[in-house]
Amino acid sequence: MDEIHAQPKNGAHALWQTLIQHGITTVFGYPGGAIMPVYDALTSYPEMRHILTRHEQGAVHAAEGWAKASGKIGVCIATSGPGATNLVTGITDAMMDSVPLLAITGNVARFLLGTDGFQEADITGITMPITKHSFLVRHAADIPRAVAEAIKIATSGRPGPVLIDIPKDVQMEAFVGSLEGVRPKKPLPQLSSASIDEAVALLKQAKQPVMMVGGGAMEASAEIIALAHAWNIPVITTLMGLGIFPASDPLWLGMPGMHGSVASNRAISNADVLLGIGLRFDDRVTGKIARFAPHATIIHVDIDAAEISKLVRAHVAVRADAKEAALALTSRAVKLENPEWIAKTLEWKSRFVTHSKWSAGQAIKMICDQLRPDDILSTDVGQHQMLAAQLARFDKPRRWLTSGGLGTMGFGFPSGIGAALAEPQVRSVVIAGDGGFQMTAQELATLTRYQIPVKIAIINNSFLGMVRQWQEMFHQNNYSEVYLGDDNPDFVKLADAYSIKAFRASDASELERVLLEWLDYPGPCLLEAVVPNEHGVFPMVPAGASLQESIEEPPTGVKA
Amino acid sequence: MDNKVVISVIVRDEPRVLTRITSMFARRGFNINSLSVGTTEHPGYSRMTIVVEGDDRTVSQVSRQLEKLEDVIKVTDHSLEKYVDRELILTKVKVDSAENRVEVRQIADDFRARIVDVGRHALTFEVTGDEGKITAFLEQMRPFGILETMRTGRIALTRGSNVDVPSHVYGDEPSKALETMIQQD
Repeated sequence: MDEIHAQPKNGAHALWQTLIQHGITTVFGYPGGAIMPVYDALTSYPEMRHILTRHEQGAVHAAEGWAKASGKIGVCIATSGPGATNLVTGITDAMMDSVPLLAITGNVARFLLGTDGFQEADITGITMPITKHSFLVRHAADIPRAVAEAIKIATSGRPGPVLIDIPKDVQMEAFVGSLEGVRPKKPLPQLSSASIDEAVALLKQAKQPVMMVGGGAMEASAEIIALAHAWNIPVITTLMGLGIFPASDPLWLGMPGMHGSVASNRAISNADVLLGIGLRFDDRVTGKIARFAPHATIIHVDIDAAEISKLVRAHVAVRADAKEAALALTSRAVKLENPEWIAKTLEWKSRFVTHSKWSAGQAIKMICDQLRPDDILSTDVGQHQMLAAQLARFDKPRRWLTSGGLGTMGFGFPSGIGAALAEPQVRSVVIAGDGGFQMTAQELATLTRYQIPVKIAIINNSFLGMVRQWQEMFHQNNYSEVYLGDDNPDFVKLADAYSIKAFRASDASELERVLLEWLDYPGPCLLEAVVPNEHGVFPMVPAGASLQESIEEPPTGVKA
Repeated sequence: MDNKVVISVIVRDEPRVLTRITSMFARRGFNINSLSVGTTEHPGYSRMTIVVEGDDRTVSQVSRQLEKLEDVIKVTDHSLEKYVDRELILTKVKVDSAENRVEVRQIADDFRARIVDVGRHALTFEVTGDEGKITAFLEQMRPFGILETMRTGRIALTRGSNVDVPSHVYGDEPSKALETMIQQD
């Protein structure tokens, strides 16, 4: 308990004091009628940094960026009704990508609950399927316990979002009680030695083994590296797992799936044993599930039992924390000697798409090549996201922030704000498309307000590029509602309107000239890279096709 | 192959706990055949018996998804052990002749069904039993005309004196008595 504060006088004060007590230093939010007592109490806690965004969606994605970069829980606050519903996309995003998030909302006073009061929304009901758990707090005395339990639930086991909804009169209710007290949670699963025995026996027989590592192993990077080397097994990292295994390691094969590397997809299709750790075999990763890893015996390690055999049938199920399982498997390691297999993967690794001299791919490569190992890269969703996932080289976890499961356009920029505040000692770089950037562009004001030195790159191809690529490939070039070029703003002027420094580059030499100035600018800075609009992202596995049917090179007449 | 599996779920008696459970079933497309809820011997905790229809994989997904819910304390899949189950029904059967009335009463006697209401042209019965008995009773009454039926849904308990719930299919969790789980909660 923070001794400098007196006994909280009401629910709102109890909320702040409990958050502070749990080590929360920064929250992202937006005030409104039903959360006003909380904002009134806020000014009594100078040690709490509140970041005012310009839209609740900006607040929740920034909280996600904070959590993804630091590994610590992100907190966002909104008022009732529209404030709360504006959080819904970000909460869903956090659920899909297992991000520890605490969303706090105000609601109408208790006597108005259920009466369709002004700005009333049943946010606990609305968010039931998209939260790990939620609390509707009916007494001020229950606030500390709700906060403590919410933080515990959000951060333990498989992380995820938790919502606390507090009616306005509960925020104002006199606080009687203590800040202590939380019910213990269900115990986490114990690693079963039988399942490890089975996994070890399988791995020992493997001739063409491969490891697939997902975001669930984010805290187990060192253990995963040791495991791969102890057994000498090539490693694939999913979109959410990029950086857990170093890209500079010869055993790394890249990202799997729809826009996965040749090496990853071929390794999966030819593997005889596949060791999956902390991933959930999303359809973008597996392609046609019936033909996923057709020759492989599958070992699946996950802390969430419901993920095991949900989509891909696991022959060996290891219900455990990734770190614990990796350590156990390493301690029993036998270095596998499969030189032909390793040589094959290296040969596949040498096959990748070459980008046109000036293209989105080229611009993104030039940016990624300038990133330092500790820099954090956030992306939005679409072609630029897949290109960055293919081209950036991460040697550390938590340096790559992207919306994987939900694929939320508008995520990248505010996520970069959260990352910049969580890790002020490194550069926070955002790559977004011209479409997605405009979904949360209002957060430029947040950069200006706090002078947060986020570096934004807008890869402007005047199109919703990924949708256009699908229209080209599967809808006979029927460009339905994807051209933005006629009415996109002048992004440099837009930045200027917020007093943010900006550059524009329209070819490779221009980009070369401004790249470092943009990246090293001491404050917030925006770069618009105007790129040709006809390029596609390859390799590509068409939706519904198997990984074996990956289009590894751009088809004739198509540029990359 | 689809089959019906009886699952017992011990939950915290919190607001919306039923919604949390049914909402999970709805969004994941699991079929509930019947669901009954009641209080337990422990204040603050309820027991649900849920009959689920689906193949083995679906049923195991149901158990695992249920276990993930915060308010769920314990899930028992009764297909893995011996259990007793019962259902109670009220059913109103048409009796439009004295002859039928005698015959319907005779069938009810055979099933140890109780008459709970007598009307001029209908008798209402209370029947308790397992699924086979209930189905057989309704089949016997059908030719006379069933006017209305209400069923409670099945309720189940593990057989024997042991209240331990067995470890689950995936087998990694040591079994714990409900008592211990609740004490810890």
